[in-house]
Amino acid sequence: MIYITLDYTDLAVAALLVVLNAALSIGLRLGMEWRLLIAAGRMVVQLALVALVLKALFAVVSPLFTAAVALVMVLFAGREVMARQTRRFTGLWAYGLGTTSILAAATIVTVLALTTQVKPDPWYDPRYAIPLLGMVLGNTMTGVSLGLDRLVTAAVRERSAIEARLALGQEFAEAMGTITREALRGGLMPIINAMSAAGLVSLPGMMTGQILAGVDPVEAVKYQILIMFLIAGGTGLGVLAAVLAGVRRLTDGRHRLRLDRLTLTTGA
Amino acid sequence: MLTIRQLTRPGLEPVDLSIEAGECVALSGPSGAGKSMLLRAIVDLDPNEGDIRLDDAARGDIPAPRWRRLVAYVPPDSGWWADDVASHFPDGDAARRLLPRLGLPAEALVWPVARLSTGERQRLALARALLVEPRVLLLDEPTSGLDRETALKVEDVLSQRLADGVAILLVTHDPGQTRRLARRSLLMKDGKVTDAAPAPAQSGSGA
Repeated sequence: MIYITLDYTDLAVAALLVVLNAALSIGLRLGMEWRLLIAAGRMVVQLALVALVLKALFAVVSPLFTAAVALVMVLFAGREVMARQTRRFTGLWAYGLGTTSILAAATIVTVLALTTQVKPDPWYDPRYAIPLLGMVLGNTMTGVSLGLDRLVTAAVRERSAIEARLALGQEFAEAMGTITREALRGGLMPIINAMSAAGLVSLPGMMTGQILAGVDPVEAVKYQILIMFLIAGGTGLGVLAAVLAGVRRLTDGRHRLRLDRLTLTTGA
Repeated sequence: MLTIRQLTRPGLEPVDLSIEAGECVALSGPSGAGKSMLLRAIVDLDPNEGDIRLDDAARGDIPAPRWRRLVAYVPPDSGWWADDVASHFPDGDAARRLLPRLGLPAEALVWPVARLSTGERQRLALARALLVEPRVLLLDEPTSGLDRETALKVEDVLSQRLADGVAILLVTHDPGQTRRLARRSLLMKDGKVTDAAPAPAQSGSGA
């Protein structure tokens, strides 16, 4: 494989571009220079830490440490889902509902891929498990947060329509049917768009990464296709779990619409 | 027929109330007194406690969707979930027979919901509920957006239902309508239901 390693001067030269942006910001009085530099600094520190963690993790190949890192990743993804909601469920549900759905979906899909398709030895080898999980998680997170947001927003907006159906004797699931489907569609849209545009509009990051690392394009594309399928599966499962659990949480045994289980809008 | 004992929910004093078959009870009172809250609690759209019975059957023993078909609630602002009127009427033929009696043409079924006037929405929402053939009707200002002539048509339909043995709890601000339809009249104020017209001395309803 032909693989060009970067040294630190290469990075420093590239960093000049950010400095140039900051200079532009000062020149045009955008007031963005500090935010730009701080964001760039954060990116460097965060990624450097990740590199250290991954290096240590890959060296030990411990199922326990791998699982711990995977769990931390899922918990961060759950936090991100919660942060993206304009209205949240009250109490622990705000965090728990999205996180549990992501945890279940990402675990099922990643473990399936590791044990039946990629098959590293041992199957939990973090060099494979962690990047796979990362890619599945990132996309599942987007789908779940979109699906939940659509569901909750529509339930609040369509309250009188839902209650009119309930008042006419429909079951809650029936009264919520249109909205549930709308939320599921909303959650699945990004992955459908990503698959349709793959290769034409965008070259997926993992594939380009492998090609830069010297992998044959055909092999890189095969990997990318596998990943796309995993992401689609993970997103589908995650969105389904989160939206159906959300619908359940919005009602009770007496088929009421329980908007009191949502917080007021956070003003976003 | 409908017996309510110690119905409680936040914002309401415990309510005791019973309505007989074929009886219309009028409920009036200032805005914000809790009239809609009471009606919503009876059909179980909001969490509430109490012993509610239809004849001898306790509400808790009846699945909520079935309860709401027996005891129907028509809110003042109706909700619509499809673009055309017909989608809200599972039985088109029955609807075509009923609509003219409410002063609406049978073609109203093909109208788009977005173009309906307030009065048309109100009557269509009432028709939608009447076609479920409930035994009790909880009506929240069913004629507030109607001219007098149309309101009288609606009252005729309601009188017919009363004659058929349906019980009606009617929220209205129109004393004339109360006189024409109701046998009894209740007043609601600050979440508390009291007997209104006949004798103010007859207050303590046991609540």
